[in-house]
Amino acid sequence: MKFTLFIWRQRNRGDRGRFVKYELNDADPGMSFLEMLDFLNQRLIERGEEPVAFEHDCREGICGCCGMVVNGFPHGPEKGTTVCQLYLRHFQEGAHIHIEPWRSRVFPVIKDLVVDRSVLDRMMRAGGFISVPTGSAPEANTVPVPKEAAEVAMDAAACIGCGACVAACPNGAAALFVSARLGHLGLLPQGQPERERRAKAMIRRMDREGFGACGNHRECEAVCPKRISIRFIARANRDFLKAFFVHPGKA
Amino acid sequence: MSRTFYCRGQTGQQLLLGAYGALCRQVGLGRVKMFPRTEMLDLVVAGGRARGIVTRNLVTGIVEAHTADAVVLAAGGYANVFFLSTNARGANATSIWRSYRRGAGFANPCFIQVHPTCIPRSGDFQAKLTLISEALRNDGRVWVPKRRGDTRSPDAVPENERDYFLERMYPGYGNLAPRDLASRAAKRVCDHGCGVGPGGRGVYLDLTAAVAGLGEKVLCERYGNLFEIYERISGENPLHTPMRIYPAPHYTMGGLWVDYGLQSTIPGLFVLGEANFSDHGANRLGASALMQGLADGYFIIPYTLGEYFGGAALGEVSPSDRPFVEAAKEVEDRLARILAVQGKRTVDSFHRKLGAILWEHCGIIRNAAGLGAAVEKIRLLRAEFWENVLVPGDAADLNQELEKAGRVADYLELGELMCRDALAREESCGCHFREEFQTACGEALRDDRRFGHVAVWEHAEQEREPVRHVEPLTFETIIPAERSYK
Ligand SMILES: Cc1cc2nc3c(=O)[nH]c(=O)nc-3n(C[C@H](O)[C@H](O)[C@H](O)COP(=O)(O)OP(=O)(O)OC[C@H]3O[C@@H](n4cnc5c(N)ncnc54)[C@H](O)[C@@H]3O)c2cc1C
Ligand code: FES
Repeated sequence: MKFTLFIWRQRNRGDRGRFVKYELNDADPGMSFLEMLDFLNQRLIERGEEPVAFEHDCREGICGCCGMVVNGFPHGPEKGTTVCQLYLRHFQEGAHIHIEPWRSRVFPVIKDLVVDRSVLDRMMRAGGFISVPTGSAPEANTVPVPKEAAEVAMDAAACIGCGACVAACPNGAAALFVSARLGHLGLLPQGQPERERRAKAMIRRMDREGFGACGNHRECEAVCPKRISIRFIARANRDFLKAFFVHPGKA
Repeated sequence: MSRTFYCRGQTGQQLLLGAYGALCRQVGLGRVKMFPRTEMLDLVVAGGRARGIVTRNLVTGIVEAHTADAVVLAAGGYANVFFLSTNARGANATSIWRSYRRGAGFANPCFIQVHPTCIPRSGDFQAKLTLISEALRNDGRVWVPKRRGDTRSPDAVPENERDYFLERMYPGYGNLAPRDLASRAAKRVCDHGCGVGPGGRGVYLDLTAAVAGLGEKVLCERYGNLFEIYERISGENPLHTPMRIYPAPHYTMGGLWVDYGLQSTIPGLFVLGEANFSDHGANRLGASALMQGLADGYFIIPYTLGEYFGGAALGEVSPSDRPFVEAAKEVEDRLARILAVQGKRTVDSFHRKLGAILWEHCGIIRNAAGLGAAVEKIRLLRAEFWENVLVPGDAADLNQELEKAGRVADYLELGELMCRDALAREESCGCHFREEFQTACGEALRDDRRFGHVAVWEHAEQEREPVRHVEPLTFETIIPAERSYK
């Protein structure tokens, strides 16, 4: 297959960055999108140029490492798919494809398509856990969990922390990411003791990190490779409100 | 009683997220410091003990030595030595290989689990192989056309012209035959010319009979997410067209030797999880890798590490001590050497070549002639690497090619050790199948008298041959017998 690629090249954080055009004439429809970039990179290296830096690890939609904006869509145009699970057969012969990094104030570009997502680690540190020390939790099967709650908690737990929701949000909010964590832990018995405190801590941290506020645009849900529903945002907001009754304090 | 936990095919991911949450909490409490985008490139041994590591910051390129009272490695397995495996692309052997070079024994390097149910490669561009859960073997039947080179579409092959080879070879277990047997059987029918799909390297995993019996709805409830994965990659719907599968390297039972307290042969170096050799012998059972991770992390290291601290008189060390300065300098020199080659071949092309050699000679079926040839081929390839590798960019920047090059340089050494280990083990056992050692019906023939032991390799300096030590295995209650799945 033939493609014209326009790829964002940026040497480092300080560099301004620009789109560079590359022609590919012999891509295979069975290639994954990242295999296409590998293929291009091999050519670039052989020509003495620097390959395009991009992140990836599991290449099967599990680890959350990959992520780039393809023709304006985080992770590309297919629904419920990480960019590592995207295949060229879904593109038209001769297509022009624009590839750029996550665009968000909170994710500075490190190089080309690689961005710094450590802000998500900081959000996790604020409250994305249960406070039972590892190893001393009671045997999980002694506390029965209703099937319904377990299923919904798993829907939220599927979040891979890729950051696509933030990249897609016109306001640059991390509401879906945070609410997925809150939903996952808040639905299970292990997560109850600090449920409200957790909501407060994570949502405050989100504000402090300079994320925007959720404006109900629903772009996050549309691009989430794990199809996490914005219902969790409503849940999180309820927990957040409750937090001020249970643990009063300055907002 | 269920033997395995299953959570939507995300068991490992969910364990990881739990561990990541707990880690984040400790980081928040100031008890743990995390260094993201940092790679360990060497182990520092001082006064006969592991006392630190050398790292490279992947963004700034800064190489530095860190001191420690003990070093705990949980760096995963090395199946990526084959280039194509089911492992994440970032998985690598560098930390355990560098530790081996510093004196840690490497046990059973040739014990590699090849998983039977992976999606076959579709071309030379393939970057990794995706596992498709073998749960599908519960409802699917594995077959190939009886006639060699039969290129008809699967629905055009009549029932009596199909070879349900697992059912034929292992009537007792049929399509649920253990991983190693299923992998070997698939390779054999493909070697015989009956394989399907690109390059004849695939067998059918056919659910179409189950569709007729159980109905699409039941199957989708059971395996919906697996069907989605398969369809995404292959473009085919498993409910209508038989899936194609082929074995792929998946897990490494071999790894650094450890004692029951998870300590390697270097005092103060502890190794956990897939990186060590423990628990699985020559043949890991499904689901036991995550179990091992939990056991090592929850039940063993919290106690044995404390015991080590209690019993060791650990003097002060500083990053300016000689062993640290020297180790950091060696790491920097090696990176500089790689960059200085400026040859013609990319890192990936060396890695793919190495993978092809290992897959052919040290894969599912092995023999002495092939392994001997592989050792020679790998040596030549390694020599070429250091003369002809092409790594662009420099060391003071995010340089993914440089990261890969260091790993491939290590694989080029590890691959040779794997072949030597497979060559020295003159028997078949578990995953290790030597053609010369098989029963009359083509099954593994163990030799417990000569090889009922763990092989532990010790590195020798200056290109001298590594030394093979043995740790005898003694069985008190259950005496090993021949496996039979007929
Ligand atoms: C597709 C797939 C499916 C599987 N399914 C199952 C299953 O259902 N059940 C089961 O029991 N097992 C399963 N396994 C096996 C199991 O997942 C692994 O054996 C297990 O995750 C290994 O855990 P670990 O902590 O030892 O290493 P890993 O999880 O591999 O972690 C090692 C970490 O170390 C990092 N690292 C490596 N080298 C360095 C270095 N030099 N410097 C810094 N960091 C480094 C890596 O980036 C990685 O984060 C599966 C494996 C795969 C690949
Ligand atoms: S590389 Fe892991 S999700 Fe894409």
